[in-house]
Amino acid sequence: MIYFILISVLLLLMIAASVYSIVQKDLLYAVMATGIISLILSILYYLLQAPDVALTEAAIGVALTTIIFVITIRNTVRMEDESDKKEKFKSAVK
Amino acid sequence: MKKFLVILLLAVLGYYIADTYFDIGFGQPHFVKSAAPVKDIYLAKTQNPLKVSNAVTSIVVNFRGFDTLGEVTVLFLAVTVLGSVLYKKRHQVGERSVLFNSSSIVTSGSKLLFPAIILLGAYVFIHGHLSPGGGFQGGVIIATGFLLMLLAYENYSVSHTALSIVESLAGITFAGVGLLGFMHGGTFLQNFLPSGVMNNLFSGGVIPIIYIAVGFKVGAELTGVIYTVLHEKGENNG
Repeated sequence: MIYFILISVLLLLMIAASVYSIVQKDLLYAVMATGIISLILSILYYLLQAPDVALTEAAIGVALTTIIFVITIRNTVRMEDESDKKEKFKSAVK
Repeated sequence: MKKFLVILLLAVLGYYIADTYFDIGFGQPHFVKSAAPVKDIYLAKTQNPLKVSNAVTSIVVNFRGFDTLGEVTVLFLAVTVLGSVLYKKRHQVGERSVLFNSSSIVTSGSKLLFPAIILLGAYVFIHGHLSPGGGFQGGVIIATGFLLMLLAYENYSVSHTALSIVESLAGITFAGVGLLGFMHGGTFLQNFLPSGVMNNLFSGGVIPIIYIAVGFKVGAELTGVIYTVLHEKGENNG
């Protein structure tokens, strides 16, 4: 029973973090939310007795992917802006 | 003539793919036409001839060792392509896009943490056949340690030559151990070393050797990726 509650809470947290990362306009916060998704996912893998996958998820999903996204945001734009996106698209098409 | 050759090649390829496909036998209880289910054979062989306590490792490195070689190759190709896309002349490297200036607490703290992270990564891939984890995980943990140092210190640099030497040596070790299986009268990646006692560090035959090689390879590759990406200057700040 306690496992059921724990896993449900973790899954709800995952859903909340994914919705947040979609809605959020500030891409840095969105990337942090995806990192939180990976963290919860690795805890879930551990609870479901797959420690190998949990280690992989923790190392790659939480640390490496997040940092690479952060570096990308640093080198491009931080705020997601619709008008900016349209302009970029136009300039890319030209 | 060329078109004819292409069609012939495709026909031969298609024949063999279809042949394998119809041989699999989907929906049957054993899935593959063999005497016993594959998972039972794997689990039994993990315990008895191989004497490996982590079944995942024995499947990844021994039974499916060729797949692991393919995975390592894919990673190598991805890193090579990234390096060639973001290529810079050796002497132009040096300015790095600094995410934020680190305080002295961050620098000294990361100096303290760096050996511990490297030790953890080495532990994870050396003990891959005993405890959860393995080459990939350990390599990524080591790369994370280098990432910490690269973020904390502005002028911390990793030698690209050393990275590529480590990577190539590890890859050669993996393929060489695989080829040594032929010399001992077996197949590619055949386990030719004695298995030892279960739960000992020196057990499992060639599995620890291969996983240590994979750990070094993945660590070097991902460190190279992080180093390359960090030195890429965007339009906004460059």
